[in-house]
Amino acid sequence: MKDILILGAGTSGTMMANKLSKALKSDEFRLTIVDKDETHYYQPGFLFIPFGIYSKEDVIKPKKNFFPKDTNVIVSEIDLIKPEENKVHLSSGDVLSYDYLIIATGTEIRPDEIEGMTDELWKKSIFDFYTIEGALALAEFLDDWEGGKLVLNIAEMPIKCPVAPLEFLFLADDYFKKKGMRDKVEIIFVTPLDAAFTKPIAARELGNFLEEKNINLVTEFNIGRVDNEEKKIISWDEREVEFDLLVTIPTNMGIEAIEKSEMGDELNFIPTDNHTLQSENWENIFVIGDATNLPSSKAGSVAHFESDVLFENLLSHINGEPLTASFDGHANCFIESGDGKGLLIDFNYDTEPLPGKFPIPGIGPFSLLKETKMNHIGKMGFKWLYWNMLIKGRDLPLESQMSMAGKIVPEKEEQETKTLQL
Amino acid sequence: MTSETKQEKTVLLDQDGHLANREDWSEELAQELANIEDVGELTDRHWKVIKYIQKEFDEQGDAPSIRKLTKESGVSTKELYQLFPKGPAKKAAKIAGLPKPKGCI
Repeated sequence: MKDILILGAGTSGTMMANKLSKALKSDEFRLTIVDKDETHYYQPGFLFIPFGIYSKEDVIKPKKNFFPKDTNVIVSEIDLIKPEENKVHLSSGDVLSYDYLIIATGTEIRPDEIEGMTDELWKKSIFDFYTIEGALALAEFLDDWEGGKLVLNIAEMPIKCPVAPLEFLFLADDYFKKKGMRDKVEIIFVTPLDAAFTKPIAARELGNFLEEKNINLVTEFNIGRVDNEEKKIISWDEREVEFDLLVTIPTNMGIEAIEKSEMGDELNFIPTDNHTLQSENWENIFVIGDATNLPSSKAGSVAHFESDVLFENLLSHINGEPLTASFDGHANCFIESGDGKGLLIDFNYDTEPLPGKFPIPGIGPFSLLKETKMNHIGKMGFKWLYWNMLIKGRDLPLESQMSMAGKIVPEKEEQETKTLQL
Repeated sequence: MTSETKQEKTVLLDQDGHLANREDWSEELAQELANIEDVGELTDRHWKVIKYIQKEFDEQGDAPSIRKLTKESGVSTKELYQLFPKGPAKKAAKIAGLPKPKGCI
């Protein structure tokens, strides 16, 4: 009997449990999954909660609804991983042994990493929307807010779902318009990036949206601290932005057990082969989703595409065969743009988001990098797909590898030359 | 200034405005890049950071994040921003002749 242990039962861990349970014989393999929480959160839905579009009930279900029958489920925090001994220590005191380990422990927000962030204004004038508690508290605040300066700040990269801050801004603009108070709210987006988004073509498109919606953009702002008395955020190079309401996307980090186990980088993300998803340091450990240090987006779609690759490679590894499945960094994200419309982006390690049609070239029904009603319908329909197909490990009609079909490739800009005086 | 005649050198830049070819890099060129970036005269403290990130790039294949810089280069976050205003990780990588760090996705 071989033990396969999955740490974390979020999107990635739950998908893997379902895929493996179907493929492996239960008299040869024992599947165990560990998570601290009994509730599964539909995280893409958190974004809609502050604006009253979703309620708490839309985004939670018991985790146990989604585990395969033969899986051994343990509810506990993880204390320490000992990869040299193939053992995992739980906070409950139990010690689990494994033959193969899948780490799917995700990322957490760490407002405590920023000086002054969690002081007296926290949850009073400063909110996050990456946790259910934060999103609900913000909904309550916005309900009777009379307006002022709304500052949305990304503390540092990388963050989970890099498009969510933009979606929040677009939805906020729409929300205040519908309340007839847009003129009472100044919306400011303060980012450490040098543009609205990380990828140039999409950044241009999304930057135009910000302008159209009268959202101010402050770039290359790396937050150093929050001044609770004067209500302002201050960058490391001493630039200041005042706020009445601060919506923060705090530093994202892997869980503390990764740090304690000395398995992570400076943000507790685990060094992982970009293509095979095998840990860089231990052959019998694979890593998936937000827990990896991959230069891909931290997003559910990425986890989904990774799950196909990890599944194949883990089976190859168990059978002593070479790992041939290769992850290409594929991400596919709907971007809500407000007023019942949305955009869609599809990209990977090598190809930035481009315009075009998806998934059927020339037809769609979705349009890439373009605002349409159909894209919004796709975004809202995804919730059903998530609960009923995706985390149950059922096949979706989507290839894990990105396809160039239907994408319009812009002409390559020529490389610049510069003449310098030495 | 030791010589009166300045040399001209044409270098190829990538789409982010960083050096396309590492071989083009020299300490003189670094100073020139620093001038363009408004970093000014490169001091020993600048060089400490530049050397560290070049070593890190050779070992890891990517220039380090600010967090890693702070943790391992022995220069505090505050000082990094004083040395390379606005974006220390990006600016220092540019002056060091390295591509823009992949870190931000």
